Amino acid sequence: MTAKVEVKNLTKIFGRRIPRAQQLLSEGKSKAEILEETGATVGVSRANFSVQDGEIFVIMGLSGSGKSTLIRMINRLIEPTEGEIAIDGEDLMTLDKNGLREVRRKKMSMVFQNFALFPNRTILQNVGYGLEVQGVDQDTRDKKAHDSLELVGLHGYDDQYPQQLSGGMQQRVGLARALANDAEVLLMDEAFSALDPLNRKDMQDELLELQEKMHKTIIFISHDLNEALRIGDRIMIMKDGVIVQTGTPEDILTNPADDYVERFIEDVDRTKVLTVANVMIRPNTVNIDKDGPRIALRRMRDNDISSIYVVDNERRFVGFADADDVAALIQQGNRDLSSVVTKREVPITSPDTPVRDLMDQISSTPVPFAVLDDQKHLVGIIVRGAVLGAIAGNEVTE
Amino acid sequence: MPILMGQLPLADWINALVKWLTQFTGFFNAITNFIGAIVNAFQWVFDLIPQWLFIVLILALTFWATRRGKKWSLLTFELLGLLLIWNLGYWRDMTQTLTLVLTSSLIALVIGIPLGIWMAKSDIVELIMKPVLDLMQTMPAFVYLIPAVAFFGIGMVPGVLASVIFAMPPTVRMTNLGIRQVPADLIEAADSYGSTSWQKLIKVQLPLAKSTLMAGVNQSMMLSLSMVVIASMIGALGLGTQVYFAVGRNDAGSGFTAGIAIVILAIILDRITQALNKGQQHS
Ligand SMILES: Nc1ncnc2c1ncn2[C@@H]1O[C@H](COP(=O)(O)OP(=O)(O)OP(=O)(O)O)[C@@H](O)[C@H]1O
Ligand SMILES: [Mg+2]
Repeated sequence: MTAKVEVKNLTKIFGRRIPRAQQLLSEGKSKAEILEETGATVGVSRANFSVQDGEIFVIMGLSGSGKSTLIRMINRLIEPTEGEIAIDGEDLMTLDKNGLREVRRKKMSMVFQNFALFPNRTILQNVGYGLEVQGVDQDTRDKKAHDSLELVGLHGYDDQYPQQLSGGMQQRVGLARALANDAEVLLMDEAFSALDPLNRKDMQDELLELQEKMHKTIIFISHDLNEALRIGDRIMIMKDGVIVQTGTPEDILTNPADDYVERFIEDVDRTKVLTVANVMIRPNTVNIDKDGPRIALRRMRDNDISSIYVVDNERRFVGFADADDVAALIQQGNRDLSSVVTKREVPITSPDTPVRDLMDQISSTPVPFAVLDDQKHLVGIIVRGAVLGAIAGNEVTE
Repeated sequence: MPILMGQLPLADWINALVKWLTQFTGFFNAITNFIGAIVNAFQWVFDLIPQWLFIVLILALTFWATRRGKKWSLLTFELLGLLLIWNLGYWRDMTQTLTLVLTSSLIALVIGIPLGIWMAKSDIVELIMKPVLDLMQTMPAFVYLIPAVAFFGIGMVPGVLASVIFAMPPTVRMTNLGIRQVPADLIEAADSYGSTSWQKLIKVQLPLAKSTLMAGVNQSMMLSLSMVVIASMIGALGLGTQVYFAVGRNDAGSGFTAGIAIVILAIILDRITQALNKGQQHS
């Protein structure tokens, strides 16, 4: 994997007396001290991180911790005070207006908390906006916009106006707009926060499903640890403009870097008992109707796993295949996976089962739990580490 | 008191400035000719249309502009009002006033909207423009007559220009306001998808500012209508002239009838522009 987005020493200071504030910052003064002394607000303080190609990278932190500022510096909606941003190794800070506009058109798309759809444009025109400003002709952009709407599951709303749609639908439009111009990097600032819990969950599922197909690099801001755990490949936690921890969900849960992070984790667990949906992760799957043994084997190798879950065209759970069996199949020249798929040893559970109920079995089963919804779709899997981490966090509060 | 020792020669300075400006006769003549041409064009068209056809056209425009809204009472009012103006013998005066109002509104629009846009895009311009607009609007309108005559002589053109100065501020202000009111996240959305400033203006800011902007245009039109009597003092023809003469002759009857004709015209213009604005919002 390569770094898609790389951020070095990125700093934003709002207000006056910025040089003085910068100096104080380099002397290691805190946000509060700098505000006291200069009146300048440190939005983000020397952030360093990189986001891998195809990764969902979640940024968390309390209100005012600098998340929005940080994500807006990545496409330079907010001009950094200092630091570097590189996309695919290309330094954005050296770009002039035209160069920056090109990058915004081709490489990055943004999804907003309150959708930010243009009320004077139809759904189709909203989704086609990015293409329109690039000068793409109407037929092409209407077609792409339409496809993109289909992709997020919105049919038949092309000619409606945003006000006519529910919040969940509007955010689907927001997502479709971001997908329409094929940008590789999606910047999502609390994209699901304005939605009610059910819609939010749907959108998370939708995003994961899309991500499975599209392999975007997604930088996603969230307030909600459950959301972060569900969708994040890695999570970065910020406080007062400073990055306090970056790691996989498991890292964060099992080894919180400091009290702040620990409180973050506690907060979530105090408010609700963890369910399977909170701790499940995205499985690596092969599609039995489409993929053959070679694909299956390659996917296992790429992800360093010895077995893989098998689903059908509609993501319904079929079973589970072992790398050795698949390799044997390839040797025989057999192109059909079905003979090696087994259902036997896989423990199965549903998304709203409390994690506690599974604790005993989790330590004894050899393969991760498969989480199936009512229609037997494979929505996630449960690996032991994540659950232990979550429970460990849980016990702190009791 | 030292402050009373010498009067500040502010009036002299302004006189000197006006005098100095009058030497650019060529420039002012060009403007006079240009605006004169617009005035003549409007008037030529209005003179060409027979009264009955004019009334039908106004009714048709209203009918079309109000679309689904309530329209019958307005249509009746317009029909009766215009017939009354015709009957009172004010028809030509009415079209002259209409010419004055339309020309000055048009100019106020052409100058005011770009100024408003500029003001919305730059905080410094806004800072400078705000007191200037306040000044333009609160300065007694009579005051504009003096330099207007100095630069443009007497007749329709100085009347139009005095009206423009007095009537333009709402258009500028409301354009600025409308653009600044566009929600920040929509601007961010436009920027983040790589719009140029022009694209952002045309595709996002102006369409979303439109109804506010149109309210400003409507106000400008009403203000320029309120200028017609004043403008008649420097020779701008129309209903204002009738009022002005009535004052001179101490003739309350004609004064009121001409005044009523102005009110009728004002209501018609106001309702039509409002209906146009409303009708456009959701299409
Ligand atoms: N335009 C601005 N001018 C001055 N200060 C700002 C500006 N924008 C943000 N800040 C300050 O920068 C800090 C970070 O703000 P930011 O909006 O990035 O936080 P956030 O983590 O996104 O918060 P939230 O969760 O509430 O969205 C805050 O202290 C905020 O007051
Ligand atoms: Mg924010």
